[in-house]
Amino acid sequence: MSPVIDMSVDLAGMRLPNPLMTASGCAANGRELSRFFDIAELGAFVTKTVLAQPRSGRGTPRMAETPSGMLNSIGLQGPGITEFTLRDLVWLKSAGARVLVSIAGNTAGEFADVAAVLRESPAFDAVVGVEVNISCPNVANRGLVFACDPLSSAKVIALVRETLPRGIPVFAKLSPDVTDIAEIAGACETAGADGLTMINTLLAMVIDTDLLRPQVGGVTGGLSGPAIRPVAVRAIWQVRAAMIEGRIPVVPIIGVGGVRTGDDALQLVAAGASAIQVGTATFNDPAAPLRVNRELTAALQEKGFARFTDAVGIAHPRPDQQ
Amino acid sequence: MRPATRERVPQVCGELVANRRVGAYHQLTFVAAEVAALARPGQFVALAVGGDTSATLLRRCFSIHKVSPGETNGDTVEIVVAAKGPGTAWLTDLRTPAEVSIIGPLGRGFPLPTEPVPCVLVGGGYGSAPLFWLAEVLRERGCHVELVLGAATRDQLFGVGQARRAADGVTVTTDDGSMGTKGWVSLVLPDVIRRSRADVVYGCGPMSMLRAVTEIAATEGAVAQVAVEESMACGIGVCMTCVMPVTGRDGVTRMARSCVEGPVFRGDRIRWEAFDDGRCQVPGDAYGAQAMVGH
Repeated sequence: MSPVIDMSVDLAGMRLPNPLMTASGCAANGRELSRFFDIAELGAFVTKTVLAQPRSGRGTPRMAETPSGMLNSIGLQGPGITEFTLRDLVWLKSAGARVLVSIAGNTAGEFADVAAVLRESPAFDAVVGVEVNISCPNVANRGLVFACDPLSSAKVIALVRETLPRGIPVFAKLSPDVTDIAEIAGACETAGADGLTMINTLLAMVIDTDLLRPQVGGVTGGLSGPAIRPVAVRAIWQVRAAMIEGRIPVVPIIGVGGVRTGDDALQLVAAGASAIQVGTATFNDPAAPLRVNRELTAALQEKGFARFTDAVGIAHPRPDQQ
Repeated sequence: MRPATRERVPQVCGELVANRRVGAYHQLTFVAAEVAALARPGQFVALAVGGDTSATLLRRCFSIHKVSPGETNGDTVEIVVAAKGPGTAWLTDLRTPAEVSIIGPLGRGFPLPTEPVPCVLVGGGYGSAPLFWLAEVLRERGCHVELVLGAATRDQLFGVGQARRAADGVTVTTDDGSMGTKGWVSLVLPDVIRRSRADVVYGCGPMSMLRAVTEIAATEGAVAQVAVEESMACGIGVCMTCVMPVTGRDGVTRMARSCVEGPVFRGDRIRWEAFDDGRCQVPGDAYGAQAMVGH
């Protein structure tokens, strides 16, 4: 029998038994996937982004399949933070999940309001961290999401950080649709982000060639799936490199984008991710996050690692090699 | 409007034991005992397509045509597939033996009447696939069952032969008159409902047909139960793509997921006026629609 590998991670104080998570918007709020596996076995369960008010989401069609991926234009359908905390979060706690709550707002103030309701909620002790979705492409201003501007990003992160207790790490979820992602990452860190989640979907579009019009009702949407994995690897690499070079502070990176297998996860880890979220692959295989954890564990074991954390960022040149 | 059950849903490797061409369609039979054991008429299965490394990631969902006791290998599940795109063409091109990942049964099936009331079952194209099994179950309960099958052409009808065995009466329509009455099912449906004094009308097929079925049922004083067709990315309730505006018992319209809250809805609860030209808008009075203003 191969030696047991330590898969646990500590993400800015968020201690998890393994680095695998669901990805926001690809797992609803837990009940559905619990029909396929025990969500308490995940490193963390990442909830669907919740805003202050209930949202119907957009009309349909909301989806277009693309090569090795898909385009979605859901429009952040959800119950609003109050109902979320009273129903979904309470249920997640009862299921034994460690919950990373994804929040958003139309304004910086709304992000803080959502965080404030969350902080006061009865099941808040199930929350291990908060992911601040400043990069959903399915919002009114489309390409002009908070995460495209360092100042807007910093304002949101600062307000959320000061609203939440110190023991709850705040992760800024970044968009790859920017000129210099390390600059945005640095602005978020300076504003108080304890970690980063990279990457959100890419703004994209599909035309229906029968009807000669945009295929999704929202015209543009977010591209996800294995097709965008190389973009995620690149973004994580660039930000990790900026940390190694001392240009921005060192914080943990949660890698997300096109992970379908343990080998895919290892690419993101080697580029600098300390945890991995599995999103679109869940639509193909509902238990994919746990399968990826098994495959990643086996891959690291085979390569002789004793600890998962030893593999984080390992593809970067080490000082002794320079 | 929560998923009906939190019990485990089987995810199995189904062995393809038959792939038969039936008119414009293919009828595929898989050994999938765990799925067969739980399935009810109106539920569906989600099949992965293209193999383990497929670039076509999203599962294809099919209503269950029937489940049968297996001869040697275990109980089987049958589906009817129209090769409309690369995913469905991959399935119809499969030859036995082959293995396909199957998740199911999924969704809420057709609700069954508690009394032995007369029922009319309406299928458009291969939307008729789940209705023969439903007819059997209803007749076991003492219901008089009429089947109405419609399609554009004779080739696109599905199951006319088995309809005669499964139902007490069968009416066929085709748009081009190549079989049965020339015209849509809506042309013959009022008379079938009246003649059979039906209390329930079940429908499965294109949305435009389901809307007509709902309206005719209402006019004739019957309840419509329709299995909807909306494109799904996951089939298990997590992606939020297959939504449509459905009014709940509380009178509030929500964008309901057809995969877990449906696929069968009471026809008069669907906000049909929101559908137009291949799109569906969110009604202004829907729950959470206000927050979308300016978005």
